[in-house]
Amino acid sequence: MRLSEIRDLLACEVFSAEDQLNREAKHGCASDLMSDVLAFSRAGAVLLTGLVNVHTVQTAYIAEINCIVFVRGKRPDESVIAVAKEKKISLLGSSYSMYEACGILYQHGLTSTMQCALNHTSPKRA
Amino acid sequence: MGKPFSHSFIVEGRNFVQAGTASTKIKTMLKELGIDGGVVRRVAIATYEAEMNIVMYANSGTVVLEVTPEVVRLNVNDRGPGISDIDLAMQEGYSTATPEMREMGFGAGMGLPNIKKNADDLRIKSTVGEGTNLEITFRIN
Ligand SMILES: Nc1ncnc2c1ncn2[C@@H]1O[C@H](COP(=O)(O)OP(=O)(O)OP(=O)(O)O)[C@@H](O)[C@H]1O
Ligand SMILES: [Mg+2]
Repeated sequence: MRLSEIRDLLACEVFSAEDQLNREAKHGCASDLMSDVLAFSRAGAVLLTGLVNVHTVQTAYIAEINCIVFVRGKRPDESVIAVAKEKKISLLGSSYSMYEACGILYQHGLTSTMQCALNHTSPKRA
Repeated sequence: MGKPFSHSFIVEGRNFVQAGTASTKIKTMLKELGIDGGVVRRVAIATYEAEMNIVMYANSGTVVLEVTPEVVRLNVNDRGPGISDIDLAMQEGYSTATPEMREMGFGAGMGLPNIKKNADDLRIKSTVGEGTNLEITFRIN
């Protein structure tokens, strides 16, 4: 899914790398725990998170995530935006909740990057 | 690539503003050296986890990066409290992170397991009251 489509679907404000929204997100991941992002995401994911500090941007750079969507109307400050610009990471802000934002993207075909669910069998019904 | 490449970085304990800069620099360097993208990502993840552990738990430390035609090696050394039970620390979910650290997105207890998962070899030595040493090796293809 194009990053510009993510921007439109989630009615996002764009804080950085607006000229790079023609890039593709291959899959999605949502977490407020940076080690979980590093453990379970694959290169080319979009990250949805409620954490707006600089560590989120650094984690994205390390994990080869080129777009972060901050949910629930959270706004990064200038120092965070500056690091994102330097690393060419598109920072978007949406007022949707984490659950809604994930649901909308999933519904439009963006599947999960997290490789943990694949290791489990689906729960059996009684 | 000719002779082995080596570079050393200093990491300050509890400096959350600087945190992550050694890893991001290492990632950029490895890309410039033309190392395979998959290897670069694995090294970057392991370095970042190791660097964050110095920042969170130790007083100070160093990360030494060494690249030969066969391997990328990281030697991560810190002065700090050390780890009394390494097997326990290696378990997914085990964490002594403070509420402040958790608020910043750390403390999943996934850092050391992540390093192990991404590396081809991990050796941990630690002395309580002195510090911790990680030797992490990645084979290049
Ligand atoms: N360099 C270190 N010095 C002292 N203790 C450490 C060090 N590295 C790890 N530990 C201890 O081992 C525990 C597990 O570390 P690990 O990196 O796996 O998880 P974490 O740092 O708690 O959380 P996460 O890495 O997911 O943010 C830590 O909570 C800490 O108690
Ligand atoms: Mg850690």
